[in-house]
Amino acid sequence: MPQNDYTYAVARVRFKETQLLSDSDLYQLLSQRDVDTCIRFLHDKGWGDNSKIETVDELLKGEDNKTWKFIDEIIQEDKEILDFFKIPSDFHNLKVAIKSITRDIDAEDMFLYSGTVDPKLIYDCVNKREYERLPEHLYSIADEAMKTILQTSDGQLCDIVIDKACLNSISEIGKNADNEIIKLYCELFVASADIKIAARCAKTKKDISFINRSLAPCDTLNIDRLASCASFGFDSIIEYLSQTEYKSAVSAIETSLSAFEKWCDDYLIDILASQKWEPFTIGPIIAYIIARNNEIKAVRMILFGKINALDDDIIKKRLRKMYV
Amino acid sequence: MSEIMNNSGVFFALLGAAFATFFAGIGSAIGVGKAGVAAAGVLSEDPSKFGKVLIFQLLPATQGIYGLLIAFLVLSYTGIIGDPATVSMEQGLLYFAACLPIAFAGLMSAIHQGKCSVAAIGTVSKKPDQMGKALILPAMVETYAILALLVSILSVFGIAKM
Repeated sequence: MPQNDYTYAVARVRFKETQLLSDSDLYQLLSQRDVDTCIRFLHDKGWGDNSKIETVDELLKGEDNKTWKFIDEIIQEDKEILDFFKIPSDFHNLKVAIKSITRDIDAEDMFLYSGTVDPKLIYDCVNKREYERLPEHLYSIADEAMKTILQTSDGQLCDIVIDKACLNSISEIGKNADNEIIKLYCELFVASADIKIAARCAKTKKDISFINRSLAPCDTLNIDRLASCASFGFDSIIEYLSQTEYKSAVSAIETSLSAFEKWCDDYLIDILASQKWEPFTIGPIIAYIIARNNEIKAVRMILFGKINALDDDIIKKRLRKMYV
Repeated sequence: MSEIMNNSGVFFALLGAAFATFFAGIGSAIGVGKAGVAAAGVLSEDPSKFGKVLIFQLLPATQGIYGLLIAFLVLSYTGIIGDPATVSMEQGLLYFAACLPIAFAGLMSAIHQGKCSVAAIGTVSKKPDQMGKALILPAMVETYAILALLVSILSVFGIAKM
């Protein structure tokens, strides 16, 4: 099957890449006195809306929306190829909808608008129990998650059911993808989520049946072994991971889970380096989206670090490699 | 029958001219088209780069011109345009063969030059100060179109003297 030609979209992305923040920009941002000067600095770099005063959340949400508006503009056909980026937002919105309905609270602010389905539709379907109106990836899991929370009143169990369905959907997209970078992204997404779940379960001493319910299958990890290691303890996970292709991540996992998240983001950026210069494929567009997400994540970390008066060195340690 | 055989020389020469124009032209159209799409992408973000990206878009256009040049020479030497001339079947076939280098090398080099231009447009969009280096890369592909043009021209001149 011939792949789409992304020449036009890639040319537009090339220019946008020049507007991404570099490592030195981030260090400059970090050296600003307070949040207000940080926001002014970001405005000078083209971030946010200069016509109004924005909160940090509005600024970051606005930048995320800008990214997707730009991507929707440059990719006219075959938009679903990027669904693997959006699907986690759908599952997040499903969680929010179920919890806000069962606990009778207003959760409007917690919905994400970067998914494939309108959050209002998800809320409406869950509220009226009309799950068949939901797309395939949400349809059966919405019913199961709702039943779980109604029967057990256990929010964590409901989260596990939905999170696992999300990981399974991403894994399925990766397996069916023609593009190497999509396969890689989806595999790393699922494997890193499994590692984080296993590490958390080991630290909170969860039993094996709980761990098994939480982990989603992937190609680069044996999840039965990971689950049994997690039930033995954290050291056992480290020992297992030392024998897998994630052995370079072991020291990061030992440090902290946020250090491991940083390792995953840096690892992706390194993999993407080879995709940067493929002008006819979707590779540079995916690379741009990941780079932009990392950029927003880094800025979020700096701004909230400033708000909470964290030490600059602590923030610096968590900053990701920039794509530029 | 003999009349058909006498005219078949002109037919083959004309076929050669058509090949040179057709294939080299197709190559250029594809190459210029590809580079044009990339150039349009860059311009929609930064219109000030028009001059720079236009040069890259025009690079794959030369193969079509080379094909046209060879076609004109063949049409002229065979009397299809200008003074009438007699062309034997052997001469017609030779003219046809002379047109093939620019026809096929033109087709392939223009397509690949177009691809190279797309990549170079991306480079210039990201690093405008690297214009000179970015220009050299697609220009290298031109070498093979020029070699093919040279062989076609020398062949057409040689056949005309026979």
